[in-house]
Amino acid sequence: MGTNVSLKDKFQAYVDAENKVEPKDWMPEKYRRTLIRQISQHAHSEIIGMQPEANWITRAPSLRAKLILLAKVQDEAGHGLYLYSAAETLGEPREKMIADLQSGKAKYSSIFNYPTPSWADMGTIGWLVDGAAIQNQVMLTRTSYGPYARAMVKICKEESFHQRQGYEIVMKLAQGTPEQRSMAQESLNRWWWPSLMMFGPSDDNSPNSEQSMQWKIKRKSNDTLRQEFIDKTVPQAEYLGLTIPDDNLKWNSERGHYDFGEIDWREFYEVIKGNGPCNKERIAHHKKST
Amino acid sequence: MAKGWLNSVKRGFTKEEALKEYLYFLADDSLILGQQLSKWCSNGPVLEQDIAIINTALDHIGRARLLFQEIARLEGKGTTEDSLVYFRDHLHFKNALLVEQPNGHWGDTITRSFLMDTFNFYLYDSLRTCEVNSIRTIAEKAIKEISYQAQWSAEWIVRLGDGTEESHTKIQESIDNLWMWSGELFENHPVFEILNEELPSFTSIKDLWLKKVGQVLKMGMLIMPSPELWMQTGGRFGIHSSQLGFILGEMQSLARSYPNATW
Repeated sequence: MGTNVSLKDKFQAYVDAENKVEPKDWMPEKYRRTLIRQISQHAHSEIIGMQPEANWITRAPSLRAKLILLAKVQDEAGHGLYLYSAAETLGEPREKMIADLQSGKAKYSSIFNYPTPSWADMGTIGWLVDGAAIQNQVMLTRTSYGPYARAMVKICKEESFHQRQGYEIVMKLAQGTPEQRSMAQESLNRWWWPSLMMFGPSDDNSPNSEQSMQWKIKRKSNDTLRQEFIDKTVPQAEYLGLTIPDDNLKWNSERGHYDFGEIDWREFYEVIKGNGPCNKERIAHHKKST
Repeated sequence: MAKGWLNSVKRGFTKEEALKEYLYFLADDSLILGQQLSKWCSNGPVLEQDIAIINTALDHIGRARLLFQEIARLEGKGTTEDSLVYFRDHLHFKNALLVEQPNGHWGDTITRSFLMDTFNFYLYDSLRTCEVNSIRTIAEKAIKEISYQAQWSAEWIVRLGDGTEESHTKIQESIDNLWMWSGELFENHPVFEILNEELPSFTSIKDLWLKKVGQVLKMGMLIMPSPELWMQTGGRFGIHSSQLGFILGEMQSLARSYPNATW
């Protein structure tokens, strides 16, 4: 290599060799900004994500269920804390990130703008929403930024526990009385499509993806992760005897994957823009508490 | 005996009933306070304190479970921790009135916890050497978490009392408002005499409590109201403030809507 190799090229070579970038290392400004945006967005999702579940803690139908749910929501607060700390290693203060969340400048996962009218939602969120999050987060344990990757290892352990707890709630409902069964099915009907939206727009409509893949911040495309999630989840629904609300869902033996119907991207973008059923409520709740 | 609004409550207990009654005092205090504290989840003033207060809620509810399991064992006939929590009516709840008072603002919640945690600290400390095995075992486990809770809420009292002018005024108001619910914690009850060889009377820890509460309030530059003021009573006899109905209404709603379901 010549002596005139630019810092950017060196950085790319360093990342390509599967090295971890640490806070004091030189990094392109855009890499830093991308990570701050992504990690803080992830932290905000954990914190806002506490609300739809916290609203059932006082009504949980058994003491055991109450303790598990309370501990789970507390874990989410803990995840938010690690993630804010990971973002702070990039020079962004927590106060600034919180201010951006409250002003609407920073985003969080759109899934938390849907309401939780049913106890079954406590199960479905764990099973589908945490399940979708894990799909993404397992990939992030290998992300190129060291503090983020390490935070993810710990978070993934707890998340997979949450997913099992969620699945357990749904299983108890699915194997319970007819009313409990329909509670589980109704909840699945509402959460299925928003869960698929969690992976973000299709690859050909995802503007930040390519650069993030090159920097190894992201290691799999949105569509790949979404397909993995569907392939993993369909058999779980079958085991429970629940029906996934998609008439076009069927196994494609040629592809070795499930084919599935079309996502309503208009709903996705409207909810992101602030027009979901709970966007205003979530931010107002967050402002009120701080 | 002179008669007031508690004239018709049950005051005679067999020994067996007295032990269960004593367990209900402990279990219902833990349950109702835990339930109230759990409402702070996602509402804490900063993330670290949200996590801390959820911890205390988890401790209270976890302790309530152990106590209800013990009551269920004594009650028999298919009683479970959940049937006791979800299918009992307000007249059968024996918690102190203090724990059912609303969360209010952060200072109100801290004050309620501080008065209760200090009481629990001395009570559970004395239960560690009581003559009832099951309660002794629970107390041994609980004292560790109660020590932490008592320290946490006392630190907050000092921080708010010795903080800004606003925080000082607000926390003094919280103390003044909640004080009338504190006397019930130490009032005498017929079961204490029946159980006096096995379990401590709550009256026995009053002096320790007054001394500690006085010290902490002084550190926070706060004024302790007089323990001689008129105190509210009723909770230990199943006569509650209006708050409890709403707490139970919320807590029991789902379980009671589907009484044949298992969760």
